Amino acid sequence: MSTYSLSDGLASGAPRLSRAPLLGSWVRESGIGILASVAWIAFGLCCLWWEDVGDWSRTHSLGIAAFVIAAVALFGTVGADYLGPAGRALRQRAPWLVVLGVFLTLWEVATAKFAWLPLPFFPPPQSIIEVYTDDLPKLLDSVFASVKLQLGGYLIGATVGFLTGVSIGWSRAVGYWVHPVLRFIGPLPATAWLPIAFFTFPSSWSASTFLIALATGFPVTVLTWSGVASVSNAYYDVARTLGAKPSFLVLKVAIPAALPHVFVGLFMGLGSSFAVLVVAEMIGVKAGLGWYLQWAQGWAAYANMYAALIVMSLLCSGAITLLFSIRDRLLVWQKGTVKW
Amino acid sequence: MVASAALAEIDAHRAAGAALDIEQVSHAFDIDGAELPVLSEVSISVEPGEFVALLGPSGCGKSTLLRLVAGLDKPRSGTLREDEVRITRPHPSRVVVFQDPTLFPWRTVWDNVALGLEAQGILKSQRHRVDAALDLVGLSDFRTAYPHQLSGGMAQRVALARALVNDPKILILDEPLGKLDSLTRITMQAELVSLWQRKGFTTLLVTHDAEEALVLANRVIVFSDRPARVKADIRVDRPYPRHRGDPYLADLRRQILGLLGLDATW
Ligand SMILES: Nc1ncnc2c1ncn2[C@@H]1O[C@H](COP(=O)(O)OP(=O)(O)O)[C@@H](O)[C@H]1O
Ligand SMILES: [Mg+2]
Repeated sequence: MSTYSLSDGLASGAPRLSRAPLLGSWVRESGIGILASVAWIAFGLCCLWWEDVGDWSRTHSLGIAAFVIAAVALFGTVGADYLGPAGRALRQRAPWLVVLGVFLTLWEVATAKFAWLPLPFFPPPQSIIEVYTDDLPKLLDSVFASVKLQLGGYLIGATVGFLTGVSIGWSRAVGYWVHPVLRFIGPLPATAWLPIAFFTFPSSWSASTFLIALATGFPVTVLTWSGVASVSNAYYDVARTLGAKPSFLVLKVAIPAALPHVFVGLFMGLGSSFAVLVVAEMIGVKAGLGWYLQWAQGWAAYANMYAALIVMSLLCSGAITLLFSIRDRLLVWQKGTVKW
Repeated sequence: MVASAALAEIDAHRAAGAALDIEQVSHAFDIDGAELPVLSEVSISVEPGEFVALLGPSGCGKSTLLRLVAGLDKPRSGTLREDEVRITRPHPSRVVVFQDPTLFPWRTVWDNVALGLEAQGILKSQRHRVDAALDLVGLSDFRTAYPHQLSGGMAQRVALARALVNDPKILILDEPLGKLDSLTRITMQAELVSLWQRKGFTTLLVTHDAEEALVLANRVIVFSDRPARVKADIRVDRPYPRHRGDPYLADLRRQILGLLGLDATW
């Protein structure tokens, strides 16, 4: 084929030019990996070289871990061609590894070694590691409690919101009764209900579930409703001439057409329900990451607070990622969707 | 050939055309309290299997008439009958292909074509009809594609397959080729005629193109300005396939353009 002969010709001309560009591309592709490994070695050396100004038990392990990461970064990027997708992924993330290594080095030096930052408020990396190793059971309990509360409230809120939204969008009678209630109560921040909810509900857990469901339900309802209401009549006309009954129009036309809107509502609901979750845990529920934060503050255990914050942000980000991947699966038919 | 096998498949449950009687139909819309008359005592009697083209100035009420025939709206006065049965609501024996393909973007091509059978609850036993309809419009290779991956002509062919899979007795076409490029248009005109000849459904085609009407139809009905009334009802007795250069058709075309008030330019 003609394309083959064309590329053959290019290949035979290549060797004469190759040396300099090859070196250049090698430096470009592996140089950042080497830089990353230098940054992490620096971090490791900082850990081990100077004495800590305080009493932290994980400094030594952290230094060793930094050297291990440096080695992985070095061999992983230089040998990326032999490592397949993992190597490529590592190479692609190498610039971030550099930044992270530099940041950790500065953090280490500024806190544990010279205490440039005031100490109890700015704990060094090793003290946060220490929380993860020494306070793990309590942290895991808190994670479990938060996830359980959040998941229950969110699922209830999303389901009720979706059903309400579809009903208002579809039925004038339902709209007549529900719309004013929605307008009156919906915009109120769910946290405003906290004091009432905690003494009217039988348990603080059920009260928080209700509040999280409320925070989720409002945006989901409004966006589902607007999604259903904005479905083009042309779709209904087509379906009706093809013999569709009302149930088909709702389930197979209105809902799928409204789904992109519904997901916007689900994302907004997720965001506002996180806020309610944390506040509810801080104020009423005696478990969960919000409570852990509160507890750590009470003991001035700042490292525990940072550790819990990191876990919390991983969880929230994980939840968003999960929702994005569900959306991508359900809305494959849409073009140009945002990648999270 | 695949296409002829597909045709045989569809011929197996062939539905011959239905008669359509439009009697003294008038219709109007309320716009800001004022009444806008759109159809004025329109009477048309269509024989089973006829191919009728409707021509008229833009905005005169052609689409409105088609919606009444489809049963999507009810006329202010007058009656419409399909095979002596009064039309009161949509029915899959009368299927519309609109100017925009209005494919459901969340469904694949196959699922779009399957829509009618699914809505009627008979898809499980009739899946082969969907495959046959897709073969018929030559889009079998695109069964898993989504509408946004299709060209305009392909999307309109899918819309046609979605209509044909129901074996309509009356096929209602509202400027279905209006937005296509001229080449695709000519190809699809030929496809339409051959489909109609094989399957024998009654066809009602709205078009703004006199030439298209003459190449396709047995009968061309010309409407007046809004409110539409029947201005002329012209038989086109020429065998198919027809040629655009046919002097007989050219003569009719001049007549029709005259009726539409365009004689000066032609
Ligand atoms: N749903 C509607 N409500 C109000 N006016 C309408 C509606 N549908 C059509 N009309 C008006 O009726 C007239 C005829 O429209 P239509 O039947 O679409 O014309 P056309 O002959 O171009 O297909 C137009 O003036 C249009 O503005
Ligand atoms: Mg029209």
